[in-house]
Amino acid sequence: MKRITIDPITRLEGHGKIEIFLDDEGDVKNVYFQVPELRGFEKFCEGRPVEELPAIVSKICGVCPGCHHMGSGKAVDAVFGVQPPPTARKLRELFYMAHFVHSHIAHFYALAAPDFVVGPQAPKSERNILGVINKVGVEIGTEVIKQRRLAQEIQALLGGHQTFVVMNIPGGVRRGLSEQERDDIVEKSNGFIKFAQFSLKIFEDVVLGNKQYVDIILNGPYSLCLHSMGLVDANNKVNFYDGKVRVVDTEGKELCKYSPAEYRDFVAERVEPWSYLKFPYLKKIGWKGFVDGQDSGVYHATPLSRLNASDGMATPLAQQEYERMYTILGGKPVHATLAMHWARLIELLYAAEHCLELALDADITGKELRTPLNKIVGEGVGIVEAQRGTLTHHYWTDAKGIVTKVNIIVGTTNNHAAITMSIKKAAQGLIKKGITVTDGILNMVEMAFRAYDPCFSCATHSLPGEMPMILEIRDVKGELLQRITRN
Amino acid sequence: MNEQKPKLKLAVYWGAACGGCCVSVLDVHEKLFDVVAAADLVFWPVALDTKYQDVEEMHDGFIDLTLFNGAVRNSENEHIAKLLRKKSKILVAYGSCSHLGGIPGMANFFTKEEIFRRVYEESESTINPEKIKPQPEYKVTEGTLEIPVFYNDVRPLDKVVDVDYYLPGCPPQTERLVEVFMAIVTGAQLPPKGSVVGAGSKAQCEECTRTKTDNKLIKKFKRPWEIYDDGVTCFMEQGVICMGPATRSGCGHRCIKGNAPCRGCYGPTADVTDTGAKIMSAIASIIDSKEPAEIEAIIEDIVDPAGTFYRFSLPSAMIRRRL
Repeated sequence: MKRITIDPITRLEGHGKIEIFLDDEGDVKNVYFQVPELRGFEKFCEGRPVEELPAIVSKICGVCPGCHHMGSGKAVDAVFGVQPPPTARKLRELFYMAHFVHSHIAHFYALAAPDFVVGPQAPKSERNILGVINKVGVEIGTEVIKQRRLAQEIQALLGGHQTFVVMNIPGGVRRGLSEQERDDIVEKSNGFIKFAQFSLKIFEDVVLGNKQYVDIILNGPYSLCLHSMGLVDANNKVNFYDGKVRVVDTEGKELCKYSPAEYRDFVAERVEPWSYLKFPYLKKIGWKGFVDGQDSGVYHATPLSRLNASDGMATPLAQQEYERMYTILGGKPVHATLAMHWARLIELLYAAEHCLELALDADITGKELRTPLNKIVGEGVGIVEAQRGTLTHHYWTDAKGIVTKVNIIVGTTNNHAAITMSIKKAAQGLIKKGITVTDGILNMVEMAFRAYDPCFSCATHSLPGEMPMILEIRDVKGELLQRITRN
Repeated sequence: MNEQKPKLKLAVYWGAACGGCCVSVLDVHEKLFDVVAAADLVFWPVALDTKYQDVEEMHDGFIDLTLFNGAVRNSENEHIAKLLRKKSKILVAYGSCSHLGGIPGMANFFTKEEIFRRVYEESESTINPEKIKPQPEYKVTEGTLEIPVFYNDVRPLDKVVDVDYYLPGCPPQTERLVEVFMAIVTGAQLPPKGSVVGAGSKAQCEECTRTKTDNKLIKKFKRPWEIYDDGVTCFMEQGVICMGPATRSGCGHRCIKGNAPCRGCYGPTADVTDTGAKIMSAIASIIDSKEPAEIEAIIEDIVDPAGTFYRFSLPSAMIRRRL
């Protein structure tokens, strides 16, 4: 048996490794995606005062710390049995929309666009953000950097620390918004909306206008028939900050819809001895292995799954784009992995529109920032949608609010099995007997997981770069047959 | 550009980290173009294609400056730390985890077995009746799969290799990084080996914008949610534990600006050997009592002292495991 080892995969938020096994014919037999790290937050949060957790768990990820801060803040509210007052709740959501704007812009332009704007098989030296800027022009490139920075400025304003925000306190937020600050956010939000529309236009011109790309999206080895998970509001519209988790099956029928506190009835995690990261699956269906299809317990939690799991977007412009995407791709649900990029841009538009709605809301400059606390319930679950999937934080405390237990299911973790399968499917479709494995083929294998915007790559959001790879093909005895390095 | 002078060779690497330190490097924004003009980035897994093997092939001392962020949690972190030490002229422990152990260092309150049991067995959403745990080597039908060995302890970088400088913070302020970087590029006189760079020498309180009196005011320490912060008065004087008195300045008091007390990510000032002892003396100095028994009772009332005083520094502190 031949073996292809992709190690190190460096564009990871952390560290990762892919093992591809080929049979004697040279066809892909199996693929393992291994996550070789663990830090153990679930253990060392024990003993900490629960109000410290929103700041501590932010350090799970320095790239999407705002998601952990919000999920944790909601779990802590539940531990105290309170809801924040309207102003505080809306300020949190306003922060969260800016967090999405910044992250989605970065992913599309720095990670996804090189494959489409520059081309999946373009020379590797051009397949990066600088190549994108080269193609679209410096003016647009500068605009990308500017819009992302403006979104970061909103986060820093509301959250203090620019990376690890300290916004949440049990039952509310630590800081309010002045009228002048609000006006500034209104102006920025209008810019975000225009920029999101512009980004969708680029997607339309460059991707949808290119027959070859549309063919790759729809007919390439990039589709997995999976159940779709996403947070929805009372009208089943996509919501990032609050609501119920809805899962629809591979045909789009609702499988379940649960409140945060009920998550354990619907999601379970599996341990494999060859990876430090667990594999969540739908508990009622059960673990059926690394297989897709209606009978599988594997689901995905991505921009596309959120759109699949909802009945639409809560803002008008994003709703139009939502309808358009499903019309063009032939109805709901969509299983084309690469459509995740399109869905991400529709979410960018929603985040921008909702950012403006919240900034204009009369409550947003209110002075009531905290709900008084008077008891400690001792257990709480908080769920938000992280950019990279549904994020669940569950805490238990003693009567003084000292943490006794913590359970966390992180956004990207939801997609661990799906990413493994997507890489396998792409590898199977692209690496075959008699085919010489080229850099372009490797890049097209990468495109399978890049669509998920997994958190282990999100740190690269604002820089040029592509995943470095060493690909070694060995025979059964481990003798090197072919070595390809990409740099 | 001066054609005569070779460009600085720069590397950035992460051990057990969250990515926040790499983001702090990215946050140079437009200054990135200055950095790239003055230095060649030769290894930066987050952004570049250089591989471990390429680093191994560099001659010793090939890299001028390596910023190593993240703690040493497993065998891969240790291996690369040693490799980069060999290949680098200047090795900087960049950020709290590399400097002191950081947030993941709180895992040292527990053993590896306790962590594994929680994550892989006891976790309420995990179904694992066979008690499967990740194995450094595991045989599957197709071959043997390997993952790094998870160590019992988290270690800061200087417990594994010789470190030239420390650049503190979680993450470091980008402005401080740029200052240090430009100093190296321009060939300025570097401080003695082992120095903390890119940070102040005084305590946070010296730079804090909040109002502080010298009054002894506190009869009871409170949790942050037990007070309504007025936004202007020193947290300690409002009865909330703030690590400012025992923490090095230089961060721009970011958390204070967000109306949250300091948690000590910049580490202790140079004259402090034990953060806990330092903060205890600061705490004692503002207690409104002269009775030793009463003072003791007030101090004993503080929740999670070890996890608060050593939030970012447990692996480099004198205390170990549970207090």
